[in-house]
Amino acid sequence: MKPLQPVSAAARVGYGVAFFALFVAVWSVATFGGYVQKLFLADPLTMVGEGWNLLVNHGFIVDIGMTIWRVVGGFILAVVFALPLGIAMGAYKPVEAFLEPFVSFARYLPASAFIPLLILWAGIGETQKLLVIFIGSFFQLVLMIAVAVGGIRRDLVDAAYTLGASDSSVVRRVLLPNAAPEIAEIFRLVLGWAWTYVIVAELIGSSSGIGHMITDSQALLNTGQIIFGIIVIGLIGLISDFLFKAINQRLFPWAQA
Amino acid sequence: MSKLLIDQVGKVFPARGKGQPTRALMPTSLNVADNDFITILGPSGCGKSTLLRIIGGLETASEGKILLDGAPVTGPGADRGFVFQSYTLFPWLSVVQNIAFGLREKGVPERERLGIARKWAERVGLSGFVDHFPKQLSGGMQQRTAIARALANDPKILLLDEPFGALDNQTRALMQEMLLGIWEREQKTVLFVTHDIEEAIFVGSRVVVMSARPGRIKADIPVELPHPRPYTIKTTAEFVALKERLVEEIRVEAVLAAEGH
Ligand SMILES: Nc1ncnc2c1ncn2[C@@H]1O[C@H](COP(=O)(O)OP(=O)(O)OP(=O)(O)O)[C@@H](O)[C@H]1O
Ligand SMILES: [Mg+2]
Repeated sequence: MKPLQPVSAAARVGYGVAFFALFVAVWSVATFGGYVQKLFLADPLTMVGEGWNLLVNHGFIVDIGMTIWRVVGGFILAVVFALPLGIAMGAYKPVEAFLEPFVSFARYLPASAFIPLLILWAGIGETQKLLVIFIGSFFQLVLMIAVAVGGIRRDLVDAAYTLGASDSSVVRRVLLPNAAPEIAEIFRLVLGWAWTYVIVAELIGSSSGIGHMITDSQALLNTGQIIFGIIVIGLIGLISDFLFKAINQRLFPWAQA
Repeated sequence: MSKLLIDQVGKVFPARGKGQPTRALMPTSLNVADNDFITILGPSGCGKSTLLRIIGGLETASEGKILLDGAPVTGPGADRGFVFQSYTLFPWLSVVQNIAFGLREKGVPERERLGIARKWAERVGLSGFVDHFPKQLSGGMQQRTAIARALANDPKILLLDEPFGALDNQTRALMQEMLLGIWEREQKTVLFVTHDIEEAIFVGSRVVVMSARPGRIKADIPVELPHPRPYTIKTTAEFVALKERLVEEIRVEAVLAAEGH
């Protein structure tokens, strides 16, 4: 194989699907072949059957909807606050000097460790779930947006000034459009992380959502349902990733390689 | 009256860490008349870019002053167009939007500014590429757009810092002819930094030679070649004589620069 040699679009899809097939094949051999006990790992067919059962008889669709709403709601909340702050930090060095040390510290605080505290403050309702996502995404977003905005080529800023741009139009017409594709990419990435926080939030003190279903299934030793839940999360992640990429490509054709 | 007056302008860059401060430019004076095309020649590191950036307002002078039409230069502004050696088109804007950038800043209505931008795209030979993004253009096309972008603002003076430095010889020759053609038609005041002697003579009406770092003006030589100048002028006896003289001036400085002076 030649390094960095591109593959055709068809081959790309083929390879991608092949690995999924391999994965299911190994899983099937392990379970149908009796190498792993049913108690610990359900086989693929049982998993699909349990999934169907969940969707049809237990209103799992509602759980999925709840989880998606929590992730998206908490994430949008975080974006609303993080975007202006990140831009201000990236564009204005005193703001950065003021906030950067604290935000850098805060981003390493594990969102899941806040759950007990948040339950104390906000109860076990939706507010608490949204806050977990918010804490998990907000600080990451702020820092990454600040880096994206501040990472502009100096000579582009110089060029704008020599064309008569004011300080505020350098921010609006140069720093922002320059960072926009990277910010969109940051949204895609951080939304992915938000998914891991929501499940943890739902594992503790929740009466709905994919995470809640998984805890319930654990009590019943129903590994088929657990795996189905995990796969659903993966699929939603895959779809949202795909959508984000497609939207970014349409929005920023100039930034495509 | 002179268009641009550079009066004892010098630059010392402050020390970084434990190092010594760097003197990049000795106090330098230069008088630029209206519609002059001055080329500045000098060995690498002699402060050509520093001088140009000070005129452009992108750097502050450590001493001296600069007057443009009698008014002191304090910061960057639309009255001084700047073309950089690096490619500085805004990648998110098309060619025509790039050219219209400064006009939009001035508040020119959209229809009008796009009209002006198209006109400039045509003058630099890019009418077929107005809707292309910079990444779809060759280096030469990007620099043409950059020149059009600076000129669309109708600046009082055009500052070019080795604009063709990264281009191959053929493209470079074409660009020189294009720039000269624009200057002959539009009558602009131009300061053009280069370290290519032939280029300096071909486009300039005056060649200013700078000494090795710290730079100061060492020679100021008028180029009395007729306009319009065809490409073939480069082989005339006058051109060659001037070139030989400049080669000698520069060689001394280059040797000094190489010795670390
Ligand atoms: N921001 C800076 N800080 C410190 N020193 C600098 C800075 N910019 C330039 N210098 C120094 O000032 C001197 C002149 O630099 P300048 O870029 O003006 O040279 P130049 O004549 O344009 O060279 P070249 O032909 O290589 O472009 C150099 O020695 C350089 O190292
Ligand atoms: Mg230079």
